[in-house]
Amino acid sequence: MIYTERFKAPQSLSGKEFSYCPGCHHGIVHRLIAEVIDELDIQGKTIMVAPVGCAVFANDFFELDGTIAAHGRAPAVATGIKRARPENVVFTYQGDGDLAAIGTAEIIHAANRGEKITTIFINNAIYGMTGGQMAPTTLLGMKTTTTPYGRSEKNEGYPLRVSEILKEIRGVAFLSRTKVTTPQDVIRTKKQIKKAFLAQIEGLGYGLVEVLSTCPTNWGLTPIESMQWLEENMVKEFPIGVFVDKVDKVK
Amino acid sequence: MEKVLARGTEAIAEAAIRAGCRLYFGYPITPQSELTEYMARRMPEVGGVFLQGESEVAVVNMVYGAAIAGKRVMTSTSSPGFSLMQEGISYIAGAELPCVFVNVVRGGPGLGDIQPAQSDYFQATKGGGHGDYRLIVFSPESLQEAVELTMYAFDVADRYRNPVLLLTDGLLGQMMEPVSFPEFVDLDSLPDHSSWALSGTGMRREAHRVSSFDMDPVSLEKKNMLIQSKYKEVVKNEILYEEYQLDDAEIVIVAYGTMGRIVKSVVNQAREKGIKVGVFRPISLWPFPYVQLSKWSDQASFFFTVEMSTGQFVEDVKIAVEGKRPVEYYGRTAGIIPTPNEIFAKLMELI
Repeated sequence: MIYTERFKAPQSLSGKEFSYCPGCHHGIVHRLIAEVIDELDIQGKTIMVAPVGCAVFANDFFELDGTIAAHGRAPAVATGIKRARPENVVFTYQGDGDLAAIGTAEIIHAANRGEKITTIFINNAIYGMTGGQMAPTTLLGMKTTTTPYGRSEKNEGYPLRVSEILKEIRGVAFLSRTKVTTPQDVIRTKKQIKKAFLAQIEGLGYGLVEVLSTCPTNWGLTPIESMQWLEENMVKEFPIGVFVDKVDKVK
Repeated sequence: MEKVLARGTEAIAEAAIRAGCRLYFGYPITPQSELTEYMARRMPEVGGVFLQGESEVAVVNMVYGAAIAGKRVMTSTSSPGFSLMQEGISYIAGAELPCVFVNVVRGGPGLGDIQPAQSDYFQATKGGGHGDYRLIVFSPESLQEAVELTMYAFDVADRYRNPVLLLTDGLLGQMMEPVSFPEFVDLDSLPDHSSWALSGTGMRREAHRVSSFDMDPVSLEKKNMLIQSKYKEVVKNEILYEEYQLDDAEIVIVAYGTMGRIVKSVVNQAREKGIKVGVFRPISLWPFPYVQLSKWSDQASFFFTVEMSTGQFVEDVKIAVEGKRPVEYYGRTAGIIPTPNEIFAKLMELI
């Protein structure tokens, strides 16, 4: 009984089959968000803002009111929703192209306003939906369809560490970088997602969790190789950790 | 109703508040920053939300957010800022969200200058953003009309779930005139958007998923055709125009907004000399009063379009007249406002 209880699908997921590739971490993170929403008992008042990118379909996977923002604009759309309905819980779900390239202005200013919203930031070092182009977070030397000879700091600059930028911003109430490659990682990530939601629920400010994620399809690796590649390469460039935590305790 | 002396931008802002708008997002740009500043002072007094965004790109998406939450919301800007908002407007129209924009047009292209112009007509009426959508566009000639159209714009936006633009220029925006403000709209009487707006399911209903996205071409075409049928209703119901001394007119001057007002004094000047001239002034620029204007081609010997651009509005006049009569044009650009004498002289040349 305990077994079946624990593994039933979260109520905040719609039950629609995910469209993500095998080995992609979007599915794990979706489930963790839904579990947190269930546990905080906020499904009825949560509004989600999906991005442009692979998660453009995310609204369909959650049983929540939701919309899809223009590329990079999710924090501005979420700001408009939250200011119109401060009693609601609002979160954005964004990839690295969306958040760290085209939407850098929106994310920095939403964070700086201490906007009472939460962002789940999926960093897989590549553009997935458009077919494997360079992201701002693409590692040096990493080959993508637009860096066929490998990313060079001389031409494309360095991988952008967004969380290290955001940690200096005073409106941020919770900020962490995590991964979901091991069960321990998954448990930790869920706790952090919960804190990022509590940051807004308790009126403390802006919350963001950056999740290092795989993209087996565009990395050209198997799911297992992708996990290894993430551990061996991405974690070095993007160290995991909690950067800001103004949330007292996890309920 | 009591008249008060008001400045254009501030009159528009106050009208929006009286229409029940309690959310304003803006970014400073000349010559409309007074509207933004007025909202910054006024919104806290009425329990509303004022927020200065980091760019017009952010602002239009904040407007998207507030509109999708089912609340009355507006922003105001001037030409370069309105260009930056086009992406968001396309998404707003695609997601069918009601909201109101004000573009206090200045001289362009590019950075241009900060003087009054009408050179954003194409952008306003022919779609500045991508995709098959329409903005409903109203253009006032006076502050009183600006106040009334602003309030009306919110109703029209709600009725069709479509963005509405008040297109004006720095002349009207900076002008001071006596205005009588209508009473405050009762907030409880505002249209109910609960059937589609995002408010959280409350665990009482299915999730609302509202966006401009649909990967299935068949289904997206169906949605686009539904939007088009909505636009047909707009064309049927929302055409506004003014006819000034047209009954016996042999020459029809066509102009809109502040030019529509200036040409009236040209008519008076011409009539003193026995020249039978009248004015046709479209108030709704989309939908454009094609049929209503076309009617005068039976009586007029020619049409004379005056606008503060190098010739944008004149194209719609030509569409209306369908080659039945000559359509002449006179315009100034870059922020230069044609004087009545200048327009009269051009008229005399044409006769």
